[in-house]
Amino acid sequence: MPIPLEPCANGSRVAVCCSGVTKTYGEGVTAMKALRGVNLEIHTGELMMLVGPSGCGKTTLISVIAGVLRRDGGDCSVFDNDYLEMAEVETTRFRGQNIGFVFQAFNLIPALTAAENVAAPLIINGVKRRSAVEQARELLVTVGFDDRMMRSLPQDLSGGQQQRVAIARAMAHNPRLIVCDEPTSALDSETGQMVMELMRRLALGKDRALLVVTHDTRIFGFADRIARMDDGRITRIETPPFAANGIPKQP
Amino acid sequence: MPGAREGVVNFFALKMLLGDRAKYVGMIIGLTFASLLITQQSSIFAGIMTRTYSFLTDVGLPEIWVVDPQVQYIEDIKPLQDTQVYRVRSIEGVQWAVRMYKGTLKARLPNGTFESCVVIGLDDETLIGGPPTMISGQLANLRQSDGVIVDIVGAQGKLARVLPNGRRVPLRVGDTLELNDHRAVVVGLCRVTRTFQANPVIYTTYSRATTFAPQERRLLSFVAAKARPGENLAALCERIQRITHLQAYTRDEFKKLTFNYVLKYTGMPINFLTAVALGFIVGITISGQTFYNFTLDNLRYFGTLKAMGATNRSLLWMILLQALVVGGIGYGLGVGAASVWGSLFSGRTQIAFQLPWQLLLINAGAVLLICLGAAAFSIRKVMKLEPAVVFRS
Repeated sequence: MPIPLEPCANGSRVAVCCSGVTKTYGEGVTAMKALRGVNLEIHTGELMMLVGPSGCGKTTLISVIAGVLRRDGGDCSVFDNDYLEMAEVETTRFRGQNIGFVFQAFNLIPALTAAENVAAPLIINGVKRRSAVEQARELLVTVGFDDRMMRSLPQDLSGGQQQRVAIARAMAHNPRLIVCDEPTSALDSETGQMVMELMRRLALGKDRALLVVTHDTRIFGFADRIARMDDGRITRIETPPFAANGIPKQP
Repeated sequence: MPGAREGVVNFFALKMLLGDRAKYVGMIIGLTFASLLITQQSSIFAGIMTRTYSFLTDVGLPEIWVVDPQVQYIEDIKPLQDTQVYRVRSIEGVQWAVRMYKGTLKARLPNGTFESCVVIGLDDETLIGGPPTMISGQLANLRQSDGVIVDIVGAQGKLARVLPNGRRVPLRVGDTLELNDHRAVVVGLCRVTRTFQANPVIYTTYSRATTFAPQERRLLSFVAAKARPGENLAALCERIQRITHLQAYTRDEFKKLTFNYVLKYTGMPINFLTAVALGFIVGITISGQTFYNFTLDNLRYFGTLKAMGATNRSLLWMILLQALVVGGIGYGLGVGAASVWGSLFSGRTQIAFQLPWQLLLINAGAVLLICLGAAAFSIRKVMKLEPAVVFRS
């Protein structure tokens, strides 16, 4: 049984808690330490951005947090569940129920319509196809899709539209943690801003946390906190001085 | 089989499969050709093999065939003494036994050429062992002087009269033939199961056949016998062998003896097996390669599904389902094409074609093996796929 989450000072709860997380790829002389003792805490209702130079371990860290990669050492719990204590199939099920994904390249299945792509996590979780597609259509309305767009295949949609489908898919099964890998890198500035607004508005709830990996400085203002990574470690956690609309966040 | 939870991913599997139309069609074409080649070649082989014992198939009434112990197959005639028929008749459990002659004699055609013919001599009194289907005339016409019945394929083909302008005139009732310098009159035309050697088949009485045949001390080819009702055939054969010191076979045993001889000594199985193996290899290479490419193209999406919570079992089922769908369609099209080919050509030409249900089942197994072989590489790739691949660009 998961232990009830301890409330933080501001009333939020700890969604992700990593302490001394390590991960090494390869062995012997070819071994490459991707994570060298990462400490990070993400709270519910928080949009945490993970930034840093290429190869610093950002993707490895979100992979470990999302449960798609097993860490070598340290502690890491996601809503008080430790992947290392679960069997592989339990991890898969946990991921299916609690984690949503937004990818840099969208990863929409080309043979499925927009609505069917959004329905995919629901179908995987056992919802009947008809009902899943119905729920997906309702969700797509909230990201501004009309009936024709819902029936379109991904290749017939623009990059911004595809990313909106990806966001809807990430939210479809109401996950508690959404991880986004460079969600705006394939989009122009205006579309990127719109996508981030959409994510903040729709995906962030008081029981839900968002972890976004990005290089895009233009969207830093959407973060509640920014964790800077370098050489496999979190070097600094800061609050962005300005919101995305230019209004100062701190006095 | 997937559980209810996994079963829903069938939808993704089929959508992904149909979504890549070029590879989908490519896989089906590969499997169709493999299935066509395997079915067609194995059916021809089965057809040729059944022709090796067509004489036994046509002569339905006798249950037991008594031959010289050294006989290795149906065409391997080692004549017996005429008196052997009486010995067989005297054995307890034998309802009746008749003489039968089978030999290859030369027929002289009106243009002076010779054609080898299979001559079958039937018991003069009963005419047991006659052709299965009469086209014109009656079996009893064999009792007419010099009477013979000729199979229709031979009459229209090798025994047809060739006119000076090159036109072939089929042999008809009333025409005469010269068999080994003896006059024979065609009193009927019949249809028989095609023979392995494809020689014309001529039926006549035993006594007339032995007159046509070159004079030898022994001319009796077989004693064909029928058991009394309720008699155990194996026990009766054993009894005949013990008393006569000849070899007695049931019809099925004699067919099997012939079948095994041809299998063992003619080299036909290896020739056909090579063609079937080629079909198998072509199928597994083309379909396997295309299927593997299809999986590689979709690896990112399999990874995405895995990251989103699809279990390995679901993905395994997806790949198997995709392989089974293309396999089923390819098998159906291949068998269908082979059947159409068989029905179009086997009736009109000399092509042997037999497609029994056992062969359909074996071919289905072969196509299933191709599909599983093709899917195996894809399954291995997807099972080993780390869901973290979804974050790699």
